Amino acid sequence: MFLSWMAWTWPTVAFFLFIVLAIATMGVWEHFSPGGGPRRGILGLDTTRGDRLFISLVGSAFIHLGWLALMGTPLWGALTLSILFLIAVFKWV
Amino acid sequence: MIEKTVNQKAWFLVAPVVAVVAFNALIPLMTVVNYSVQETFGNNVFFWEGVKWFEEILHSPRFHDALLRQMLFTGIILLIEVPLGVAVALTMPRRGPWVSVCLVLMALPLLIPWNVVGAMWNIFALPDIGLLGKMINGMGIDYNFTQQPVAAWFTTILMDVWHWTSLVVLLAYAGLCSIPEAYYQAARIDGASAWAVFRYIQLPKMKRVLTIAILLRFMDSFMIYTEPFVLTGGGPGNATTFLSIDLVKIALGQFDLGPAAAMSLIYFLIILLLSWIFYTLMMRNEAQ
Repeated sequence: MFLSWMAWTWPTVAFFLFIVLAIATMGVWEHFSPGGGPRRGILGLDTTRGDRLFISLVGSAFIHLGWLALMGTPLWGALTLSILFLIAVFKWV
Repeated sequence: MIEKTVNQKAWFLVAPVVAVVAFNALIPLMTVVNYSVQETFGNNVFFWEGVKWFEEILHSPRFHDALLRQMLFTGIILLIEVPLGVAVALTMPRRGPWVSVCLVLMALPLLIPWNVVGAMWNIFALPDIGLLGKMINGMGIDYNFTQQPVAAWFTTILMDVWHWTSLVVLLAYAGLCSIPEAYYQAARIDGASAWAVFRYIQLPKMKRVLTIAILLRFMDSFMIYTEPFVLTGGGPGNATTFLSIDLVKIALGQFDLGPAAAMSLIYFLIILLLSWIFYTLMMRNEAQ
């Protein structure tokens, strides 16, 4: 098959679909409320929605790595923490 | 208020770039993510392994050591190259015939291919026939970069400083040249010392270019491969095995594509995070 060298699996397809959906959602959000919602949050950083999504995603990656290093599998705890982190970032940062 | 022209068709002009980036960055990155959760023995046959490789890498002393070496190396060369680059830029002439001479001399190391730099320094530092190695030994210091870890580190750092300080010099020089003469006149009227001129005029005006210089040097040195590979091959032992050298050993030497993919993703995330922190901190100072 043409794409067999890429070795796709369902979990990785789902992961990238989630990223694409997140970016598409940002586009729709921007369409209905343009300007990116810039503000200065509790860290003293000037962020827009895109920055907050970036911080959430990178933060989630490190939360998962940290959980894996300290607690091991399963990763549900890391996922829960990441969602809480995402909500916190979008609310306060 | 000024009306902003809305023309979304301009996005089509970006399409070629998007296509190129997709082929040279996104698709390979996606493939690496796919590899990182599987095991393969070649022939495009893959077995699902979940997050096993990530767990293995995170607990691997070999990875920890390579990461520590990498951070130490990057820290040392940033601490040397940035102040040295600024200092050299300050001594360079702003006008006259020597400007082009200095610029060409500074640009020379940047034009040499990385593997040639490694080979040059390898021969230059050899203790028996190399000019540098022979000289150091002639001064009574026992120096052999193929056997002593400290000597290997010294040579690698010296090579990187020689190769890349020029980049900082050229960027800092560009920043210095953009300062209008009026600033210096005002400083002279106020009777400012040379240090005050540097601290309150030159350094703030160079901030933007120095941000770029530090970011470039950080990312490049964190991903350094060719020069230490040619110079020391990661040795003696594992003394100069930096992250990328270790990564290639795992991926191509041992053909462990799964662990290598997991390691490169962790590596990528570290570079992404540190670059973001650098950039954010520096831009925040800019805004204040």
